[in-house]
Amino acid sequence: MAKYIIKRFALMVITVLIIATLTFFLMNLLPGSPLNEERSTNEAVQQNLEAHFNLDEPLIVQYVLYLKSIATLDFGPSIKQPTETVNSLLSRGFPISAELGIWTILTAVISGIALGVFAALKHNGLIDYIAMTVAVLGISVPNFVLATLLIQELAVNRDFFPAATWSSPAHMVLPILALATGPMAIIARLTRSSMLETLTQDYIKTARAKGLSPVKVIIKHALRNALMPVVTILGTLMAGILTGTFVIEKIFAIPGMGKYFVDSINQRDYPVIMGTTVFYSAFLVFMLFLVDIAYGLLDPRIKLHDEGGG
Amino acid sequence: MDKILDIKDLHVSFVTYGGEVQAVRGVNLELYKGETLAIVGESGCGKSVTANSIMKLIPSPPGKIKHGSIHFKGKDMTKLSNKEVRKIRGVDISMIFQDPMTALNPTLTIGDQLTEGIKQHRKISAKQANHHAIDMLKLVGIPNPDERMKQYPHQFSGGMRQRIVIAMALICEPELLIADEPTTALDVTIQAQILQLFQKIQRETGVSIILITHDLGIVAKVANRIAVMYAGKVIETGTRQEIFYHPNHPYTQGLLNSVPRLDQKGERLIPIDGTPPDLFAPPEGCPFTARCPKAMEVCSRIYPFQTELSQTHAVECWLQDERAKKYIASS
Repeated sequence: MAKYIIKRFALMVITVLIIATLTFFLMNLLPGSPLNEERSTNEAVQQNLEAHFNLDEPLIVQYVLYLKSIATLDFGPSIKQPTETVNSLLSRGFPISAELGIWTILTAVISGIALGVFAALKHNGLIDYIAMTVAVLGISVPNFVLATLLIQELAVNRDFFPAATWSSPAHMVLPILALATGPMAIIARLTRSSMLETLTQDYIKTARAKGLSPVKVIIKHALRNALMPVVTILGTLMAGILTGTFVIEKIFAIPGMGKYFVDSINQRDYPVIMGTTVFYSAFLVFMLFLVDIAYGLLDPRIKLHDEGGG
Repeated sequence: MDKILDIKDLHVSFVTYGGEVQAVRGVNLELYKGETLAIVGESGCGKSVTANSIMKLIPSPPGKIKHGSIHFKGKDMTKLSNKEVRKIRGVDISMIFQDPMTALNPTLTIGDQLTEGIKQHRKISAKQANHHAIDMLKLVGIPNPDERMKQYPHQFSGGMRQRIVIAMALICEPELLIADEPTTALDVTIQAQILQLFQKIQRETGVSIILITHDLGIVAKVANRIAVMYAGKVIETGTRQEIFYHPNHPYTQGLLNSVPRLDQKGERLIPIDGTPPDLFAPPEGCPFTARCPKAMEVCSRIYPFQTELSQTHAVECWLQDERAKKYIASS
């Protein structure tokens, strides 16, 4: 197990490094630079500025400097907001984005699984049809459309929830709803089909033949097996939610990381682009790692070490 | 001997989009204490459905017990509530399924799966339950039971798993064990071991066994009595000797002829031609008519009455009728 974790950790570092490298060169391929704006600057000032941010160095030197900044976890000052460092932006934005993300995942997973299980148990019944209609809608409607609809209906037409910003639990309802519906729908459909399959398995019959109550049969014997595919896609869903936060944060004016990320790209704010990208990718890779560990814990047939045997 | 199970005129149907499949159409069976009854027949003849009905394990919907009674120790199972049936399942009646590779939950330890039944039905501590489970594993011949308790199904071979399934079924000391093709998925050497295990368990615990199989070799080894099923009906019952040496129904004769035998050299196997009837619309008369080499006109019109050839041997066939005997003699 320890060996597996170390190996995975090394792979994670390499993954993040590749992402960082790609981002760095892609970013430099973009036309324009953080200092190249319409207003005419004095030649000397321009050069001074470039020198200050090391932009006059050859690309490879910039790359090495940048790798160094990753290694020391200090991404330096923002070019566009001279009073801020990248780290201060991250530490301010991340807690808010994390709050949004965690609540979204919890909402999506819990309601998705519940919906899927009920649909499977009432297979071809009314609940099943309603749940699957909701699921199809949830998958087909993009979150930004849902978000604007929610704002229009629940914040503007009826004054149930505040329309934007992030200051109280009531503010959180609409963004979480907008962001969680898609993943919830995917989880619900997957849980339903996997539950239906699991319920026909022989070991479910064995469990029933033991005289266990239906609740026990479903929770202990069926659900655990039915959730394997759900756990598998959880990593992908998390990536989806993560990218979803960019849009949702923008729509709801939530001061999370997504806002800084999008703004930094628009403004070619190199240090902030690099800082947020590395942070996002490291976070996602770590989440995928956690999913793998969870998978191994749920299914004893999956061994978390590379040597064979057993 | 005490009769512990009495099935009378059991009808089970499955309602599907295509119509109603009459899987079991009036089955009568009796089981006495301590005996092994084999239910024999080809795939789809209703033998598994009959067995599952005893414990009310028919998936419903679409399955439904339409008619008849299943008296287990005086109680009619068909009239009990689900809650009452759960108190009987695993305690008084246990069931073993065909494929040991899928009958165990892959994500739970053997120990957990063995003890959950007894924990459910008896007020007993986890420690006692574990002791009990280890004793059962010893009984079915699993070496190192203490360590094995903590392992998962994938760490066992097929034969081992079937032993565990059997241990699991026996842990509450049931009076009736229903084994639905318990050896079909195992290879031949393991089959023999499992059959010996059944006989040993029956000697030691006095459990009655219903053995469902299409393998006549198994039947010859372990069954006391045999019920031959065809198209949802029991067409012939008798002791093992009666069925093997004096089969009276042409279907039973056909079944026995299609099994290779070592004592009859060089003889070709005689298959039964044709396929069983469609149970969406079962024929009015004897369902075997279309395949029967001795079919008469009456066979396709009216279902034959039961003829008792001895106290234990009964057959449902028109050939037993006096008029048929005269007709055959004259022609």
